[in-house]
Amino acid sequence: MGPLVPQEIIGEGWNFFIAFIVGIGFGFALEQAGFSSSRKLVGIFYGYDTVVLKVFFSAALVGMLGLLMFSLFDWIDLNLVWVNPTFLWSAIVGGVIMGVGFVVGGFCPGTSVCAAAIGKLDGLMFVGGIFIGIFIFAESFPLVKSLYMAGNFGHLKLSTVLGISQGFLVFLVICAALIMFWIGEAAEKRFAREDITREV
Amino acid sequence: MKSHYMNPYLAGLFLGLVLLFAFFFSGRGLGASGALKRVVIETVGTIAPEHASNSVYFSKYIGPDKGNPLNHWLVYEMLGVVVGGFLSGALAGRLKWKVEHSPGITSKKRLIMALIGGILFGYGSQLGRGCTSGAALTGMAVLSVSGFVTMASIFGTAFLFAYVVRKNWI
Repeated sequence: MGPLVPQEIIGEGWNFFIAFIVGIGFGFALEQAGFSSSRKLVGIFYGYDTVVLKVFFSAALVGMLGLLMFSLFDWIDLNLVWVNPTFLWSAIVGGVIMGVGFVVGGFCPGTSVCAAAIGKLDGLMFVGGIFIGIFIFAESFPLVKSLYMAGNFGHLKLSTVLGISQGFLVFLVICAALIMFWIGEAAEKRFAREDITREV
Repeated sequence: MKSHYMNPYLAGLFLGLVLLFAFFFSGRGLGASGALKRVVIETVGTIAPEHASNSVYFSKYIGPDKGNPLNHWLVYEMLGVVVGGFLSGALAGRLKWKVEHSPGITSKKRLIMALIGGILFGYGSQLGRGCTSGAALTGMAVLSVSGFVTMASIFGTAFLFAYVVRKNWI
């Protein structure tokens, strides 16, 4: 049955409308979770607020478990769902740069747009920074092209690498997430910062 | 007075359902940096069209057969994010112009740090082929290796670097 647009069950013309609806849900969920606040977001790195961990992993679990079940019920053809290609080295180095940007700037791209939408000027500034960063990347692309293309493993799934079924991998991620949720809850007590959490 | 946010696990469930909705309808997940990239491409293409078509990176996205770079799924999705974020903020009474920062630093310093962080994140998101939503969250949901690697790399580095910038936050 699904995905509906790639199989032309719903016309291509509807795809941007669907994107807009998806975006409303995305932005609403981020803001409701408190992701429009940089001081809440970075709380995970100091332990006083682990909302990022809880929301991110709950969402990823619902996504992976949902896809697996939809596929099992023949509601979705997983071959038609886009799997991000793995370019190992650029993913690692890109992630390192993004990690520094995260804790320095207090946002990631989606959350900064969401913060700007409710009037946070630091969010708006972060969005401006992203534009500059993307421009610098494009200008410096010839210099980093070899890194950008290195370690191409194609549309590789982690279950294939580990030699286990997709279902078992999801089960392992659920177990890991439950342990991390427990650590997160403990961290919020251990590193509680009433002065910060009261304000944000 | 503490703002009332949604229970984080419930918000995660809601976000996960939005992600699943995107997969089911459009066969693709969420994203953010890709939309911002297209704004940059369109801007450079308008101001300096020759420069844009000579750029190795931008020229992949522009050309007579490519259409307007802004006419893309992610751009419409990000317009939705602005609307959805605004609606949530309006319902919760959180619409307000402000620079949110720790009492330990000035607004000016916070804005400069936000700009630097944004530049780094923007750069890294292009090198890593996506950000927290497109590469990490969506990538993990489809079980791609890059999703798990990007997630571990972003959060691992941020944890290690957090000590260096702690005075900005705690």
